[in-house]
Amino acid sequence: MRRAISQSVLYRAMIVPLIQLVVFVAISLAVIGSTVLILAALFNRPVAGGMTLLQFVIRTLPQVAIDGLVIGFLYAMIALGYTMVYGVLQFINFAHSEIFMVGAFIGVEIMLALAIPSTAPLMLIMAGILLAVAAGMMGSGLLAVAIERIAYRPLRGAPRLVPLISAIGVSFFLQDAVRAIEGLLNNAFYRNYPSFPVLNQQIPLATFTFAGQPVQMQIQAKVIFIIIASLVMLTGLNFVVNATRLGRAIRAVAQDRPTAALMGVNVDRIIMLTFLIGGALGGATGVLFGIRVGRIDPYVGFIPGIKAFTAAVLGGIGNITGAMLGGIVLGVLEGFAGAYLSQFTGGAFGAEYKDIFAFLILILILMFRPTGLLGEMVGQKA
Amino acid sequence: MISAKAKAWIERVQNGRSLYLVGVLIYILAALLLMNWLNQPGLRDAVWYPLVSALAFAAFLGSLLLIYYAPLAGVVKGILGLSILLVLLPFLGIRNTFLLEVATQVGIFAAMALGLNIVVGFAGLLDLGYVAFYAVGAYLWAIFGSPQANIAFGTDRFPLEPEWFFLFLFLAVGVAALTGILLGLPVLRLRGDYLAIVTLAFGEVIRVIVNNLDKPINLTNGPQGIRPVQRPPLFFKPWLSALGIQLDDPTLYALYFYFLVLLVIGFAIWLARRLENSWVGRAWTAIREDELAAQAMGIPLVRMKLAAFATGASFAGAMGMIFAAKQYFINPESFTFMESIGVLVMVIVGGMGSIPGAIVGATVVTILNLQILKGLSLMLNKLRQAGVVIPVIDFPLSQWPTQLEPAKYERLVFGILLILMMILRPQGLIPERRHRMELAEALGREEAAELERLPVEAEKELPPVIPAPEVKPARD
Repeated sequence: MRRAISQSVLYRAMIVPLIQLVVFVAISLAVIGSTVLILAALFNRPVAGGMTLLQFVIRTLPQVAIDGLVIGFLYAMIALGYTMVYGVLQFINFAHSEIFMVGAFIGVEIMLALAIPSTAPLMLIMAGILLAVAAGMMGSGLLAVAIERIAYRPLRGAPRLVPLISAIGVSFFLQDAVRAIEGLLNNAFYRNYPSFPVLNQQIPLATFTFAGQPVQMQIQAKVIFIIIASLVMLTGLNFVVNATRLGRAIRAVAQDRPTAALMGVNVDRIIMLTFLIGGALGGATGVLFGIRVGRIDPYVGFIPGIKAFTAAVLGGIGNITGAMLGGIVLGVLEGFAGAYLSQFTGGAFGAEYKDIFAFLILILILMFRPTGLLGEMVGQKA
Repeated sequence: MISAKAKAWIERVQNGRSLYLVGVLIYILAALLLMNWLNQPGLRDAVWYPLVSALAFAAFLGSLLLIYYAPLAGVVKGILGLSILLVLLPFLGIRNTFLLEVATQVGIFAAMALGLNIVVGFAGLLDLGYVAFYAVGAYLWAIFGSPQANIAFGTDRFPLEPEWFFLFLFLAVGVAALTGILLGLPVLRLRGDYLAIVTLAFGEVIRVIVNNLDKPINLTNGPQGIRPVQRPPLFFKPWLSALGIQLDDPTLYALYFYFLVLLVIGFAIWLARRLENSWVGRAWTAIREDELAAQAMGIPLVRMKLAAFATGASFAGAMGMIFAAKQYFINPESFTFMESIGVLVMVIVGGMGSIPGAIVGATVVTILNLQILKGLSLMLNKLRQAGVVIPVIDFPLSQWPTQLEPAKYERLVFGILLILMMILRPQGLIPERRHRMELAEALGREEAAELERLPVEAEKELPPVIPAPEVKPARD
């Protein structure tokens, strides 16, 4: 009997979310990809390289989709931090983007301190990265808890804008604090992640022939690593929230704080743990993000932060599954916009405008469906 | 007759009012002497000069605050204040145009803070993309007041003559207000924090557009920015030379912009005060305090919020245009999120909803940014070159990392200011009158003296906030 229950919990908390994720990925890729294809077919015309627009799109589509997905996973993981805190406190943790940035910096310092030679075996590199991710999680999680204690908890009874302004202050403070520390230690405010040829190599996935030319689908080794790491963490988070006592307490506080307190939930502790988990996820994402982009500076968190917030709103803020969906959709959309905007508009608008996409989506979603794709009725609370 | 007057005089002195006047005058004189002393050519190279001159200037401007608070007759206050702003400061400024530059910048930011104060303080709508309207105003004049418009529209009509500046000032107000309405229409249904993020996104959208609109048509010249921007006409130059005053053009322009900004800010203060006490202002207060109740009382929410957005935006539009003309050159770098937050910091430091607060906040933050932080950097550089060693820890300053320059740490200062203000004094340095009045009514007059301390404590006494009970579908 007991075993059956635990099996069903395992199923509910781990397998279902994983299947959900795969479905989300498939749906968003299918919808957005086919939209792009239809658009390309409608506005088909010759473009550079002796191809038509449609041919160009078909040839590049798989690669763009993979790149978009990776960004989407990163956004999803940052969005989880926003959405968890929002769920519990109904408060936009504006400093989350800087928690993410601090994670990236802790990660780079660990990686540089380990000084793994760039030709080291793959397992050693993996171990180093895992260590960096773990350190980033720990540092960012503790930082998030400290921020909550210092800058948010004293303001919990205040009007809604007061903690938000404080959070903006924390965000600005952290950017320059990291800059000052890095300036003091290295006399430079940016850092470069060490690059490993093993991780940078392109692994061919599939080859197919299109219009007489071979099209190769390939994926960078580190991208595989990022995808696996995010899957593990997203599933782990789902397990924690849906199948543990702690998760039940978090959900209870999110649903109704006073009642949860009456039922014996230590609300302060749960809020603290929520910040810890959200911060840890942000920190891990920061390290993965750093590995992907290579060079980081203290202002690197701002744009991904807003986009992840957009992803959280897109999926329905306060909703963990929604944050994942929102992140994936936004990442794929942005990947496609970045890759095809220039070709579709004949060079008039380039990839520079891809940032605007996220913001336009944010504005449109808030206008027409403030609850987000999977949202609950939180629009009026905001 | 004379003895009666003398008697009245003595009584007035005994009442203490004239003593205040004497005190204020002594303060002004002292500040003036200090500024004058600092103007000696030999002192400029001293290590401490930038910092001390910044503090002296702040003290000088502080005399305005002193006048504002001194219990003097309104006429006396007016005369003193105007004589400082219209006579003393320009005279100091002719000898040291940097002061005029700082004062003009303070004025520009003060007007923007007043505008943002209408949105954030009066109506309670947190706008994090305020700089977008500033950019709209700045680019409006920069495009038409420079050869840039020729490139964009393929004519050779531009730049417009300087005389067009004044027409465009009104145009900038209108266009910025229109932008405010266009932004406001879709997003004003949202409340509180969502609105904040959307306005932030809007600010970024404007910046990205401005940064990239050098193709397909080259409207903004992209990241390179636009130069040269036409300046307003020096129509009074012949009059001045007729009076026998000879000044070079840079000084004239510095004075010109100073007086222009002063004029605009005077108008802005007048407008903000009128608005505060009008039915519109009360509607804004009602919306800020309780949106639902305001709606129930028949206040048209969307129209009122749009009015707040448009008014706030128009202030920024006008100042953006003056800024573009003053700088002679603009590029997207001047319109980042950082600037929006800078103006927000001014409003919050001064006190949300408080008109003198917005001005004091703008003055404090601008002097901090332009003079004190930069002054510290200069000081550090001089000390570094002189090879000074920090005594106790035996650290030679020449090894101080060049990255650690105070002027580069505006964000740190802004961040600390925001956090500390929110935690320790959310009502700001000069709280809004309505807050104080409400508290005074609630507490009775006797305790009015304690008011400065009370708001913070009163908030601490509040029970932990309980989210309004809502019908929510159960999760899972």
